[in-house]
Amino acid sequence: MFEAIAFYLFAFLTIAMFYIAVTTSQALYALSSLAAGMIFISAFFFILGADFLGAIQIVVYSGAVMALYAFGMMFFDTTRDVKEKQGNKAIIIGLSVISAALVVLIVAAPIVGNNIEALYPITEGAGNTQEVGMVLFTKYLVPFEVAAVMLLVAMIAGIVLAGKKMDLSLTLMNEAEIMLMKEEDKKVLS
Amino acid sequence: MEIGLNHYLVLSTILFAIGLVGVMRRKNLLMLFFATEILLNAVNISFAAISHYYGDLTGQMFVFFVIAIAASEVAVGLGLLIVWHKKHNNIDLDNMSTMRG
Repeated sequence: MFEAIAFYLFAFLTIAMFYIAVTTSQALYALSSLAAGMIFISAFFFILGADFLGAIQIVVYSGAVMALYAFGMMFFDTTRDVKEKQGNKAIIIGLSVISAALVVLIVAAPIVGNNIEALYPITEGAGNTQEVGMVLFTKYLVPFEVAAVMLLVAMIAGIVLAGKKMDLSLTLMNEAEIMLMKEEDKKVLS
Repeated sequence: MEIGLNHYLVLSTILFAIGLVGVMRRKNLLMLFFATEILLNAVNISFAAISHYYGDLTGQMFVFFVIAIAASEVAVGLGLLIVWHKKHNNIDLDNMSTMRG
């Protein structure tokens, strides 16, 4: 009973938050509603007994990803309203619903046909975090290491792309120097 | 009233449709990134639900790796977006048609 109440409450909240995130014309509203939706999604993980993933969802999405977006938004001019594509709304919504249903059908078809068996069944008497650790560091050790290398590559790429001229401080330069630097930037980038 | 696997799959479909609507109607690239995050999260919910109802941990492993990929995607994507914004002073999708030929 409580599970049903929790499911419907969080389903409603998540859908409402994500609907605001894709329809609002204010970038700040979109960011905050997206962060709220991420936290509500972690509630589903806790309901489903995946405690480790719920914690990861809060830490990574609401913590790291949202903070990264917030820092990114400081670089962009987000005070002006976001322009939208002028298209046929019925076609857009129809196409989205059809393709989403198709994706779920593709994923769910073998399950409904009862063709899957549990490869790594949940062990008795172990917590979720312990189970995840046992499977992750035995069967999925190589993908785990590859994911670690990929995160390192992403970190280096982020530093290289966004961290140019980090040794200069705009507050310590006068106007002429800043203008000169902007001109040089245009030459290098174009 | 029992919550079954179908409830979660329907919820995942709805969230995926919302994300796709966002991808199709947004012009600002930052908003486009938000919509892709919604898509990834919709799939994560269905992975976790299938993992729970079939007593198999593989679904949770996939959610773990999807989260790792989403984090690195954001890092690289925002870096590229900052470089583009420095050069063109906007991040609208319509201006990114220089390869049109």
